[in-house]
Amino acid sequence: MMRTFNKNLAIKLAAACGFALASLVNFAHATQDLPGGPAVRQLNLPPAVTKIAESQAWLHWFMLVLCAVIFVGVFAVMFYSIWKHRKSVGHKAADFHESLTVEVIWTVIPFIIVIAMAAPATKVVIAMKDTTNADLTVKVTGMQWRWAYDYLRGEGEGIGFTSSLDRDQREMSNEGGPKAGTEVNDYLLKVDHPLVVPVGRKVRIITTSTDVIHSWAVQAFGVHQDAIPGFVRDTWFQAEQVGDFYGQCAKICGKEHAYMPIHVKVLSAADYTAWVAAQKKQMAALADDPNKVWALADLIKRGEKIYSANCAACHQPDGKGNGPVKPLDGSAVVLDTDHSKQILTLLNGRLNGAMPSWKAMSDTDIAAVITYTKNNWSNKTGQLVQPSEIAQARK
Amino acid sequence: MSAVLDHHHGHDHDHHDAHAPAGWRRWVYATNHKDIGTLYMLFSLTMLMFGGLLALGIRAELFQPGLQFMNPEFFNQLTTMHGLIMVFGAIMPAFVGFANWMIPIQIGASDMAFARMNNFSFWLLIPAGLMIGSTFFMPGGAPSGGWTIYAPLTLQMGPSMDVAIFALHIMGASSIMGSINIIVTILNMRAPGMPMMKMPMFCWTWLITAFLLIAVMPVLAGAITMTLTDRHFGTNFFNPAGGGDPVLFQHVFWFFGHPEVYIMILPAFGIISQVVPAFARKKLFGYASMVYATSSIAILSFIVWGHHMFSTGFPVTGQLFFMYATMLIAVPTAVKIFNWIATMWRGSMTFETPMLFAVGFIFVFTMGGFTGLICAMAPVDIQIQDTYYVVAHFHYVLVAGSLYAMFSGFYYWSPKWTGVMYSETRGKIHFWWSLISFNVTFFPMHFLGLAGMPRRYADYPMQFADFNAIASVGAFLFGFAQLYFIVCIVIPVMRGKGAPAPQRPWEGAEGLEWEIPSPAPFHTFENPPKLDETATRVLA
Repeated sequence: MMRTFNKNLAIKLAAACGFALASLVNFAHATQDLPGGPAVRQLNLPPAVTKIAESQAWLHWFMLVLCAVIFVGVFAVMFYSIWKHRKSVGHKAADFHESLTVEVIWTVIPFIIVIAMAAPATKVVIAMKDTTNADLTVKVTGMQWRWAYDYLRGEGEGIGFTSSLDRDQREMSNEGGPKAGTEVNDYLLKVDHPLVVPVGRKVRIITTSTDVIHSWAVQAFGVHQDAIPGFVRDTWFQAEQVGDFYGQCAKICGKEHAYMPIHVKVLSAADYTAWVAAQKKQMAALADDPNKVWALADLIKRGEKIYSANCAACHQPDGKGNGPVKPLDGSAVVLDTDHSKQILTLLNGRLNGAMPSWKAMSDTDIAAVITYTKNNWSNKTGQLVQPSEIAQARK
Repeated sequence: MSAVLDHHHGHDHDHHDAHAPAGWRRWVYATNHKDIGTLYMLFSLTMLMFGGLLALGIRAELFQPGLQFMNPEFFNQLTTMHGLIMVFGAIMPAFVGFANWMIPIQIGASDMAFARMNNFSFWLLIPAGLMIGSTFFMPGGAPSGGWTIYAPLTLQMGPSMDVAIFALHIMGASSIMGSINIIVTILNMRAPGMPMMKMPMFCWTWLITAFLLIAVMPVLAGAITMTLTDRHFGTNFFNPAGGGDPVLFQHVFWFFGHPEVYIMILPAFGIISQVVPAFARKKLFGYASMVYATSSIAILSFIVWGHHMFSTGFPVTGQLFFMYATMLIAVPTAVKIFNWIATMWRGSMTFETPMLFAVGFIFVFTMGGFTGLICAMAPVDIQIQDTYYVVAHFHYVLVAGSLYAMFSGFYYWSPKWTGVMYSETRGKIHFWWSLISFNVTFFPMHFLGLAGMPRRYADYPMQFADFNAIASVGAFLFGFAQLYFIVCIVIPVMRGKGAPAPQRPWEGAEGLEWEIPSPAPFHTFENPPKLDETATRVLA
């Protein structure tokens, strides 16, 4: 009942406001709704995909209606008074200014209303915090400025990857947004590797962070949990339908705060199993032999990809840095024949994490990206850093 | 004399202050509560304009998706500094300015209790304001971690963070001194015949606010000092790498931060409680219950800080406790709204600008109160925490709440301060212009928040474009409305342009401030006045 009522009202409201707005605002962006993400001129919470999100939406309507009724009631009295009890219509002021009875009545009634509001919310709070008996546990690590997903327990255990905003969209943002007339419905929401989960299974999300506080929030699931460095917190969801669902980092985490979206792909059980198999195969193929001795050209090629995915956001594609971010092009540390300075910078970070630590990256990847920076732009050192040097530096 | 810009001594009966310093010395050495009140208000008006300029920078960038005017780092500096400047530079000092001007007059005292400390607490604000403004020119720019300066992001900030911390310390010291002054003045210097329960409501709300300030400013000082030592002296209060806890910062910050919210709204309640009876020509309904409601709000404000932190992952009991406690605050707040409406009920109302702003306050502030109730509900808050819904909510209570009450108070008392009447037409233009543009700016933000647009974002998905465009247009209109206020209303009355104000410009207004001439002479109530039994009139 409540839901149909909600929908009808929402649609009518949306239509009315949409019409009014469309005549007011006329932009050339041809944007469509993004299923599972924001809709154009969306007025309310997105359609719920979990039971929790559904009860949150119900609570929100319940509060909205209750507040609206009280609001109209109270202000009807005020505006009636403004209309009738004004000097210009000759109304003489009465002389009452105290009544214990009235004061007690209008203290007790709001108190009762507040209890009526709190009661249904209590049940939802308890349900939200129940993270027991999960089918799949995924660790979500926030880092400046992307997410890392590690499948800890359940089907897909052992899979792990990072998820960053699409580079082209980040560029687009610098250039003033999508070009007029183009249709970029997932602008700032497209990632390289979405989190993949099975439908109808309870997924427990464990959050943590490597640097500052981030927050992992997906409205369609009714989930919003801060990722706190040094601590783990958990939350859960059980998606009731397949599809793509989106969220964005919700806690300010530095300059690229707006550029670390969340994309969750919910697959059917069979599709999910297939995805897990494919991931496992890919991981086996990608596993590097740490003792392999690389040729310069191969390592540079690999390093270029790593650089553009992880380093270019701050150090810029041209390696010139940006503001407080140090340039790499022509940097003494990068040009140094003693590799250890640069290796330690990457492993440990610098300036209290302003340059983050990249310890989590594989030896081969670190070696590749260092080799790339040593041989790109005006840095033509010809130096080659092998993965074994990184392994040595870690000790 | 009290007209701010006229320096000639006009009134016969206050020739005895001819020995008082003139020129710049009058202001730098000021010990007169009226002069210091004026200084506070001019300072906060300047900061309001500066903070507003930063807000317009934010809205300009958000007018369309994509980065047009600035990089995200500078955008974050704008949001951070807008918040810090508005809270600590504009709203708090403005209310202290009102307190300085009105409290001694309202209680029939000759001045504030500690006149020199009063001077000091104002002049501390100047270096603090200059420091916080100068952070934009420091290496790495101004602090950019949000006005809530959450650790450990603050550990990554440049040197400007230390400067901001120092500035906040100074402002905190200034607030504490101001509060001590207000408490001592109210408790000790009331004219004979004015017991506490006959004090004007504005004095009551400020008395309670002053206790809140003394209780929580040291807590803020603690939080930012720990941040400072974490940054430079190797402590690890909030640094997880050394065993610290980033969430501890939030607990300490919001233990200050939530009472701070009431510090910014209780004096506003006081102003509204004075203006509504004056223009309804009827005594305030439920005076005693207003005092009790204000006190309960103040006490409850200490046990609700956790509602700012639902997304950190409280245990069930923590979430429930903070949810219940927060919703409980709705009760005394509702009592206040009901009392105001009961005051209006069967009155004989007129709608000069102060009353317009007061009614506007009640109407729009209540909307902010209701969204506050919605935010208080933990499961719903999870969906809207850190989105534009919250931005809309607190601007409804701080702009339509605190700022509108200050406008109301300005129009109500400026005839007494300056000796001239402001232009009623211009006041009404200012009101309607502000009311409409305010709602155009902030109402769409509710939709943006529900649709999931996080706050402090320099760029956003295309679907949010239209509401952002509307909000930006509204923000610029609102900004120009305040420019109009300063140029066409404040400056003219300060220069004494306008019809001379009578001693009692408002027919229904009661209180000792209307027992003295307009403009208020430099010294008032040098001898304690003899009051009638209502404590609102001086017996000749």
